[in-house]
Amino acid sequence: MAVTESPAKGRRSLWLLDLYGSAVGKKWAMALSGIVLLGFVIAHMIGNLHMYEGAAEMNEYGEYLRVIGGPIIPHTVFLWLIRLPLLAAFLIHIHAAYALTITNNRATIDKYKQPREWLAASYASRTMRWSGVIVLLFVAWHLADLTLGWVNPDFISGEPFHNTVVSLSNVGIAALYIAANIALGMHIFHGAWSLFQSIGVNNPRFNQWRRWLAQGLATVIVIGNISFPVMILTGVVG
Amino acid sequence: MDLTLQVWRQAGPNAPGRLVDYPAKDISPEMSFLEMLDIVNENLNAQGIEPIAFDHDCREGICGMCGLMINGLAHGPQLGTATCQLHMRKFNDGDTIVIEPWKAAGFPIVRDLAVDRSTFDRIIEAGGFITVPTGSASDANLTLVPKEVAEWSMDAAACIGCGACVAACPNSAAQLFTAAKIAHLSLLPQGQPERWTRVEAMVDKMEEFFGSCTNHGECETACPKEISLDFIALMNKDYMKAKFKNRRLVSQAG
Repeated sequence: MAVTESPAKGRRSLWLLDLYGSAVGKKWAMALSGIVLLGFVIAHMIGNLHMYEGAAEMNEYGEYLRVIGGPIIPHTVFLWLIRLPLLAAFLIHIHAAYALTITNNRATIDKYKQPREWLAASYASRTMRWSGVIVLLFVAWHLADLTLGWVNPDFISGEPFHNTVVSLSNVGIAALYIAANIALGMHIFHGAWSLFQSIGVNNPRFNQWRRWLAQGLATVIVIGNISFPVMILTGVVG
Repeated sequence: MDLTLQVWRQAGPNAPGRLVDYPAKDISPEMSFLEMLDIVNENLNAQGIEPIAFDHDCREGICGMCGLMINGLAHGPQLGTATCQLHMRKFNDGDTIVIEPWKAAGFPIVRDLAVDRSTFDRIIEAGGFITVPTGSASDANLTLVPKEVAEWSMDAAACIGCGACVAACPNSAAQLFTAAKIAHLSLLPQGQPERWTRVEAMVDKMEEFFGSCTNHGECETACPKEISLDFIALMNKDYMKAKFKNRRLVSQAG
């Protein structure tokens, strides 16, 4: 027996792929892409607070996102420089989750007959796959609704205030947004804590802060995002 | 105490298994859980029924052989102890107790409640050994270790390899075991020369048999030695560092 075996899988020429080939590496990918997505979700929520300023300011904000960097950078180029890494993070996050789920299903062929008594696992942690799928489906709907306007008959390009108000005035659609954001909040509640473990950010002095950060982020994002359909339905905005 | 047991019976590794009801009568609350099983087995034997196979050895919580899923909890309802340290006073007269073996693809069932945990040995083997000076024993305290580091390393070394972490994990992941076995060496100066090859080899070997961590924390509460999730974070960090490290410079500090 050698003193220490070299890595069992053998080195691939692309070490980044070699790293991603391991489950620990995939958890790193999930954590890092999760941070990117979390950053987007926070910025998205804060940016949308312009809804409370009124139509002109909201539309101006939407247009400003397209002219950032101009006139040196052409129209919408900056926006796409943000969107593409975001899309990459989204795809990596989903692929890693999918691959790890397969790994875990393979490792847990046998199930206990008795119902498990969970001592540490939270409802949020046990439903990450479900909340993730709900968020994925919601993002598809959300893009079709307010970015592309495919499912929004009154959609007017360049007028996000109007589009948001007509869409969320519908009780059914507003309910969908509220439900999806609760799922998103639960996903963040576990994910924003879990990611610190996955990338090994662990210091007894600050460990409790990781929980507080995750709980705080989940609360702020859910309240912020849900306020839009609620305020539009109650007629405060619109 | 009179109890009803629902015990997992399985004749062999590939035989189908099922829960079978057995009465456990006149059980003293002073008995340990394994002594209760001994009594039940004696009665089964007297009736000409094949006794229930279960693993056990030291019966004082230090060997890691025993391990049962009792009412949906690894090592039963008492936290921070192994199955052998659980006493019947934790149960009430008339209770029904469901007893299953550890269930994970990495722990194939040998028979009834006994599982094969040799995949843990494969992980330990992959770690290899550490380079230490041979010959006569060196002076005590020749290698200085801060008290807190020694304590923390000892906390990891407390792992008895019982497999409760895997059994309790919804993903059948062996992260807590592997992390503890990596950490008790990598925290100490003696464990530094092979620190990066060891974490890589042990994690890769672990992933051949077990699932992946989703940070539920069930392993930590199931662990009879209350080993901390912090070791899993350390393993994740070291695994990534190992992938970046220029191995020709590992003797340099920082």
